Parts: sequence; C-alpha cells; structure tokens
Amino acid sequence: MSAPVAASAGHVAHHFDDAEQQYASAELGMWLFLATEVLFFGGVFCAYAVYRYWYPEAFAEGSHHLDLPLGTVNTAILLLSSLTMALAVRAAQTSEQRAIVRNLGFTVLLGLGFLGIKSYEYYHKFEERLVPGPNFVTRHPELAQQPGGESRYPPPAEVKEEPRYKLSSTAELFFSLYFVMTGLHALHMVIGIGILGVLIVAAVRGAFSAAYFTPVEMTGLYWHFVDIVWVFLFPLLYLIH
Amino acid sequence: MDEEAYPRRNYLNADYRFRSWLWTTDHKRIAILYMISVTLFFFIGGAAAVIFRLELMTPRGDLTIAETYNRLFTLHGVIMVFFFLIPSIPAVLGNFVLPMMLGARDLAFPKLNLASWYIFMIGGLMAVGAIVAGGADTGWTFYSPYSSLYSNSNVILMALGIFVAGFSSILTGLNFIVTTHTMRAPGLTWFRLPLFVWSLYATSLIMVLGTPVLAITLLLLAAERGLGIGIFDPALGGDPILFQHLFWFYSHPAVYIMILPSMGVISEIVACFSRNRIFGYTFVAFASLAIAVIGFLVWGHHMFVAGGSIYAGMVFSFLSMLVAVPSAIKVFNWTATLYKGSVSLETPMLYALGFIGLFTLGGLTGLFLATIAVDVHVHDTYFVVAHFHYIMVGGAVMGYLGGIHYWWPKITGRMYPEWWGRLSAGIIFIGFNLTFFPQFVLGYLGMPRRVHEYVDEFQVLNVMSSAGASILGVGYLIPLAYLIWSLRYGRLASANPWGATGLEWRTPSPPTTYNFDKTPVVREEAYQYDQDELLSV
Repeated sequence: MSAPVAASAGHVAHHFDDAEQQYASAELGMWLFLATEVLFFGGVFCAYAVYRYWYPEAFAEGSHHLDLPLGTVNTAILLLSSLTMALAVRAAQTSEQRAIVRNLGFTVLLGLGFLGIKSYEYYHKFEERLVPGPNFVTRHPELAQQPGGESRYPPPAEVKEEPRYKLSSTAELFFSLYFVMTGLHALHMVIGIGILGVLIVAAVRGAFSAAYFTPVEMTGLYWHFVDIVWVFLFPLLYLIH
Repeated sequence: MDEEAYPRRNYLNADYRFRSWLWTTDHKRIAILYMISVTLFFFIGGAAAVIFRLELMTPRGDLTIAETYNRLFTLHGVIMVFFFLIPSIPAVLGNFVLPMMLGARDLAFPKLNLASWYIFMIGGLMAVGAIVAGGADTGWTFYSPYSSLYSNSNVILMALGIFVAGFSSILTGLNFIVTTHTMRAPGLTWFRLPLFVWSLYATSLIMVLGTPVLAITLLLLAAERGLGIGIFDPALGGDPILFQHLFWFYSHPAVYIMILPSMGVISEIVACFSRNRIFGYTFVAFASLAIAVIGFLVWGHHMFVAGGSIYAGMVFSFLSMLVAVPSAIKVFNWTATLYKGSVSLETPMLYALGFIGLFTLGGLTGLFLATIAVDVHVHDTYFVVAHFHYIMVGGAVMGYLGGIHYWWPKITGRMYPEWWGRLSAGIIFIGFNLTFFPQFVLGYLGMPRRVHEYVDEFQVLNVMSSAGASILGVGYLIPLAYLIWSLRYGRLASANPWGATGLEWRTPSPPTTYNFDKTPVVREEAYQYDQDELLSV
C-alpha cells in the first residue's frame, strides 16, 4: 500500500498519537471488514458448490436462461469502474482536486449503469417467470406453453424426446442462488454508490489531498472487493455448461 | 480509602446530561450501556427458565401446553446465547478494560463502538418484539425445514433480530483486533500483554470470521420462509442438512466466543489473588488462539446422528477431542499458579475457583459427547443440556460475575460489600450444581430435551433440578441488589484495591475520561507479583 501519511494535526482524532497510527488502524480495520465480507459471501458460495455438484444439468439449464451479452457488458462496466476508482485514489494522493471529483463521478455513473442493466435482467426474469417462489415456471407446467401450443422454451436441437418445458424443477435452486448472490452483490453496489456520493460532496469541498485521503482509499478497497465478487459470480452463473 | 483517591473529575461525572450517555464515544460509558442492556436480557431469559423449570416439577403438562413450552425454551436459548452470553464479557468488561490494559485512551474506532451498541439494541428490540408478538418455537437452532416451512411462529423477526445483533458482534471484534494491533503503549510487546487481552483477541477472531456465516445463513432462512425461494427446501432438491452445517460452522465457535473471554478473566483473577506469576504464560496465551482455530473445525460433532458419513464423523470426533488439549493446558496452568501462591479468597477468587471446577466438569463431559458411540446414546437428551450449561453458566457466567466483582471498584469507584459477595458466590455455586448435576443423570437415563412432559420415574431428579434453579435465581438477585446498593453506599475504592498488576490499575478509580494523563511506558512483563514484597508485609 501507499506510504504512511503525514497529515495535518486537524485530521488526527484525540485518541490517536499521530496520523500514522490512525492510518494504520483504518487500513487494518478495512481489510478485516473485507475478510468478514468474504465469509459472508462464502456461505452462499458454499451452497452453490454443493448444489452444483449435485445438480450439474439443472445448473447448466438455468445458466442458459441468463442473458450472456448483458452479463458480459456488465462485467466490462464494473472492471472499468474499478479503473476509475483507482484513478480517483491516485488523484487524491496527488491532490488533483478536479480529477478526484471527476473520477469518483465516473465511478458512480458506471455503478448506476451496472445496476440499470441488472434491473433490466431482473425484469426479464420476472416476465419469464424465472423468479423463484410460488410462480416459478416449473411449478406451472401449463403456463410453459404459449397460446399457440408452442413451448416458450423449445428444446435444443440435439434433444430427441420433447420435454414440455426445458427446465427441471431443481433449476429453481439455481435461480434462488442467482437472485440471492446477485441481489446481495447489487445491495453492496448500492451502499458503495451511496458512500461515493458522500465522498463526492466532500471532495467538491476540497476535503482530500496528499495530506489526507484515507476515506477515498478505504472506499476504493471496498469498491474493488465488490468488483471481485462479481468477477467470481459472472463465470459461476453465466458461463457454465 | 480516603477521599483524595476519588478523582474529582472522572468519566462518570464528566457530564450528567442524558444525551451525554446516548451519544458518548467513551469506551467506558459504552461498556456501562452494554452492562445495563445485557443485564436486562439476562433477566428476560432467566424469567423464561423460571417458568419452564416450574412446569418440569411434575411429569404432566399442567402449567403450560406444549406450544407455550416450545416458545419458552426458544426464548431462553435465543436471548441467553445471542443477547447475553456473546456480548457479556467482550462488550462489557472487554470494552471497559481493553483500552486501559493497552495504555490507550480509547478503542481504535470509538464511533463504531457506539454504533455497535445501537445495532445490538435494534437487534435486541426485534427479538423482544418477536417474543411479545408470540415468540418462536424452533429452538435457538432454527433447524430447517421446520423453521422455514412449517413453524407457525415469528421465526423471521427473531432470525432477523439475531442477524442484526450479529453485526454488532462483528464490529466489536473488528474494533478489538485493530486496537490490540495499533494502540499498544510503548514497550507493551505482545508477550507482555495481560492474558485477558490474548483471550479477547482470540474471541474477536471468531466473531469476525464466524458471525458473517451465521448472518448469511439466517438471511437465507428468512428469504426461504418469507419469499418462498428454496435454498434448504427438500421439495426443490435443497438440503436441510446444509443449513445445519452452515449454522454450526458459526454456532460451535460461538461457544468459544462465550468461554474464551471468561478464561481470560480467570487468568487475571487467579494471578492477582494468589500473588503469583501466571504459570506458563506463553502456553496460556497460545492455548486461546489454538481454541479459536481448532474451534472452527469441529462443528460436525453436532450432527453425528444427522445421517452424514461415518468417516466425516470420525474426523470431527477426533478434532473435537483436540480442543481438550489447549483447554486442559489452561486448567493445569491456573492450578500451577495457585501452587505456593499466597491465596486469598475474595469474591472474584471464589468465582474463579468455581469456574475452574465447573469448567473442568463441563469440558470432560464434552469428551463423552465427542465420542460418537456415546453421543448416539445421549444425543438430544438432558445430558447435552447439562454439559453446555456447565460450560456456559458454570464457565462463562461465573467468569462474567468474577470479572464484574474484580473490576467493580475500577468501574464505579466503589467497593461492593465483601461478605454479601462471598455469600452469593457460594449460593450460586450450590444452586448451579443442584440444578444441572441431576440433568446429567436424567440425560443418561434417557430423558429427551425440549419436552414438557416426562415419565414419572424422572420426577425426583427434575424436582431437585427445579429446586436448584430457585436457589440459583436467589444467587443472581443478591448481586443485583448489593451492586446497585454499592453505587451509593459502597466504600470508596482506591486506585488499586487488589494490589494488582496491569495498566488499568494505574488509572484512578473511576478513571478519567481519557484514562491516562500521559501515555504509560511498559518496562516489564505482565503479572510481576513481587513475592519478596509480600513476605515482608
């Protein structure tokens, strides 16, 4: 990480001896918090691992109903937002006031873009009755048929026998995990965007400089963590066969 | 002591406004807020125990019906585990003395510390709300699919209350770890730290790494029950056993969240009241870490009869027995510390000695339960109930009360009445054993836990247990009364009434808001009780 900061005394809380001690505390605290987040997501990843091992076909079927192009675009958006976040931290360290605000702003816009696309995907799943629960498509076999008698989920060409619908009932587990995992990830994004908003207001007032940039850097760590979660979620949910 | 010892300006009288307590970031005041809160929760949980021990006086269900009984023991378990035992020593005593033991002015994140208390209270109010609305009837373990699909009670609110309170635990642990790393006084190296700090550090590791798993598990449970999405639902191919794995991955280490801080308190008290260095300091310190680490690898012993693989069972059985090694190291080292010490039997020491005996008994019966064949026989019987109450009440609560008495002069600036303290320590010891020893016998004879009716043959032992519970209840009410009494009428305490080592005793009683006028410098190891000086006294 970057070198310890020589802050002006105004930024050191009363119970710390100096800025260095304060910075070390903030940094260790943030990494520990991220460790708790790993364990938090670890619980659902564990459930994912167990069920995918048990029901590989159902998971593959479910995965084929996700929107791969949109997921790919979203991955690119998030990776780009990590870049702008890193640039914002760099700008704070070099006291470039306009660049801090600009890069934080880009990060927020990219985050909002990600959430917009994600909501569109959710909306589509809702239309297709792929939201787990009483209305899930496999719980209503009759609804899988279009009025014209044509299945909304036509079987792939290589399948000889014609199932009434393509999903098996255990695919609902896949969608439960899909919504829990991406939902928790989206919640973390919403919180992150909120924090970024606060930072932008502070940055406009010139709160951050080479002398004091801890909040920007800590938010950066959080933002990168949320990105990394997506980097795991994307292949596990969208790219399985 | 003389009036001079009582600092004119201290953390208690720095500001009298109500607001100054609710918005305080002083770790000592936050500790007091926690003390009041967990005491309330303790008596709520205790009240439920009074009712079901009364019900169990007779073999028939004549005081409560089965449904009420189920809600009572769930209330007792949830409140006592999540809202009393887990926060008790860390959030009350740890909050109060940890910064002082390190020679610091406060924890690393004082505002976060206050936020933890508010989060804890929100979680607590949700749980109490769930109880007022009729309670939950799943037991504190919330096993699915009963909890997620069938139970007709307030499972979601109760589970979310625990979910919320869990974050308070995570943030407290995080605060303690960072403080221990970054806020130590000059010269205070890791191996000069008091053992209470080591035990809090080990506890915090479990809080930080274990609690998030419980959080996600309860969230999945609430989502399954509330939104109808199936994660653990067998009808969709989900696995209820997965819930048990995730639940115990936190909830077994949670047992060590309850007992480890208590062990730290006992180390302080035993050294002080035998005027001796702790025997084998490094071993006791590393035993705490070993318990924290091994504790994460033993959860499967709760599931020996859940239909898992026998080989997994054997591994979990072996690993569970491994926990006995660091635990025994501690017990032997405390005993060795007493040897040739100048032992005096003030109230804290009575609790400490009680702890050592009861914890040993609880730990040894834990080995019975870690043995697969015996566990199959006594699983879900009163044997298990007796075992974990020996650890949690005989261990954790005795340690908490010992610590409260030990640091009471520091916290309030007043001494508690010694005679009453010894009396209630004795009453609690007798009442505790009378309550829970018969339960070992009941369980071994086959009485299942969580039932409100039983066969006539078990009545004598149940009446003994209920009688013991009433003695235990009196034992808990006496300290409540005399500690409150001492706030006004207790003798004024000197800065160091026990002649103890440790930086917290170098502050005035009660301490000033910033603890130390200037940062202390440490030049010696902990527990330098000087034998020569004692001989000359």
